Amino acid sequence: MEFLGITLPSYGWPTIAGSAISGVFLGSIYALVALGLTLIYGVLHIINFAHGALLMLAMYAVYFLWSTFGIDPYLAMLIVVPGGFFFGYGLQRFVIGKASHGRDEIILLVTLGVSIVIENAALFFFSATERSVRVPYDLDGIDLGVTWAVYPELAALGGSFLITLALWVFMSRTDTGKAIRAVAKERQGAQLMGINVEHIFAVTFGIGVACVAAAASLLVPTYAVHPQIGSLFVLIAFTVVVLGGMGSFVGALVGGFLIGITEQLGRLYLGESLGVITISVIFILVLLFRPTGLFGAKS
Amino acid sequence: MNERTRLFGWILLLVTLAVVPLFLHSARWIDFLEMTLFVAVLGQGWNILAGYGGQYSFGHALFFGTGAYIQALLQVKFGLSPWVAMWFAVSGGALVGAFVGYLSFRYGLRGSYFALITLAFAEAFLVLSRSLKSITEGGQGVQLPLNQDPEQAIATFQFNFAGPFLSEYGFYYTIFIILLLAYGLTAWMERSRFGAQLVAVRENEDAAKALGINAFKVKMGAICLSAGITATCGVYYVQKFLFIEPGIAFGPGKSVEALFAPIIGGLGTVLGPLLGSLFIHGVGEMTKATIGQALGGRPGVDLILFGIILILVLAFLPRGLVGLLEAIWKRLTGGRNA
Repeated sequence: MEFLGITLPSYGWPTIAGSAISGVFLGSIYALVALGLTLIYGVLHIINFAHGALLMLAMYAVYFLWSTFGIDPYLAMLIVVPGGFFFGYGLQRFVIGKASHGRDEIILLVTLGVSIVIENAALFFFSATERSVRVPYDLDGIDLGVTWAVYPELAALGGSFLITLALWVFMSRTDTGKAIRAVAKERQGAQLMGINVEHIFAVTFGIGVACVAAAASLLVPTYAVHPQIGSLFVLIAFTVVVLGGMGSFVGALVGGFLIGITEQLGRLYLGESLGVITISVIFILVLLFRPTGLFGAKS
Repeated sequence: MNERTRLFGWILLLVTLAVVPLFLHSARWIDFLEMTLFVAVLGQGWNILAGYGGQYSFGHALFFGTGAYIQALLQVKFGLSPWVAMWFAVSGGALVGAFVGYLSFRYGLRGSYFALITLAFAEAFLVLSRSLKSITEGGQGVQLPLNQDPEQAIATFQFNFAGPFLSEYGFYYTIFIILLLAYGLTAWMERSRFGAQLVAVRENEDAAKALGINAFKVKMGAICLSAGITATCGVYYVQKFLFIEPGIAFGPGKSVEALFAPIIGGLGTVLGPLLGSLFIHGVGEMTKATIGQALGGRPGVDLILFGIILILVLAFLPRGLVGLLEAIWKRLTGGRNA
């Protein structure tokens, strides 16, 4: 097969299908990380550079709950999700909100500063050593014919759908959700209606971090934890958010799957190291030609 | 602060930087000063685009890495003299700047979107430099052959075996001269018509356009100048360390290093990046020597502190240390000369 003058290796359908399916599983992980990010962008119009660092922090929390108290990583969600919410609430209310004077570029730089502090604090306290959680069922799974899926992968896939659904229900059915949407649409109008905008901003950021904490629980059984793990995901998460349309949950889910599948097929055809360039290329093309993404509102 | 005081301050600062190393016979301290000036130039490159032009790049490593790789590869693969290679390296960096700028500004990317696209380009170059092994040697990086012949020191732009004075001070005065050129260029730009237009575009692009300023052209000029200066840092890096690899060249480290100094020192001022670099390197050395030592020399302490300083400056000193100094000066002179 030839493509742009480059001779690509040819594979049988089972190989391609197997690669695409593993791309779906990888994509569900990308979607999980991107969901919180897209919520924060949709409401606060913040590009949260600290998102990856917060994911890494939550993964450490899950790891230490397992290694110290023997808590199963999935059960740890009951602790890290509320913990993530309060941490995110405080971070937005007392650090990012206060330091940024409401200017977009400054917010970007403040979240960058936050991520540098968190990443290096992790390096300082936990060292660069990789740590992994071992659960008894992490190698069991089911046979999908063309590939094999382990239970943690299936849990991540299910989790990505559940969290998307939960976010959608929360945003459309609850009073807080409605207040968040009101603030996202018309900040000043919402304030005049008696909504505490500062509080809603912090709540939104808190929910975004809670999402990333849930993602951390689902990731830990398959990914080793180290201080740089967040930066591995952060650029991909941005790509997913921009591709799906900033602020769209369904977009994040679909975007996650598209990126996951593209990356796996890219690796199959272009090789392990060059394959990941497909992500940067998609990112650049979407930014240039369709910055509102697939499901984003026209601006 | 009036013109004459300002000029006097600059001369004092530059003369100090020119003579201080002559009294330091410690390689460690000369290295420290070299890295301080290096980051001051790197920061000025970023400052031209972000501080004066309002375009916040999060991927300036792209230009640094391009300059460094061209400088290294032209010598290793084509046997070019470093003095010839550097012109290709600097213009190559500026060209990549023009390419990224053309795409971003033509399609109207502003603010956060511009930050994201620069980040994406840096990442793409990182992947390419790792995978195109036939051109870049891949992840193992490019190593320049070490010259041990003192006669060839100048010709090879390597001062390690260049006799008593050059081997000690050669690279210090190289970066000092680069600093003079980059800062002179920035000072000239600030006073030029182009600089005034650039600031107008930063303050309000639509208003600037309404006044007949070609915002696209002005931003293109800024990104080329900024990228060229940043690529010069890549040239210097390769000559000093005789080595470059993908992570150092295009990884996020250099992009972050480039923005610390100007933000802390004062965005959109000539002095800002130098002041910021002196401050963070001073603080960094002090923390490493005190707290870092006390805690067993574990890595991370200095960057934790830099991150906190960055957030504090953004929160409380929107004009950075330069703004702080001007306020103190005003207080001291009772508002005269302000």
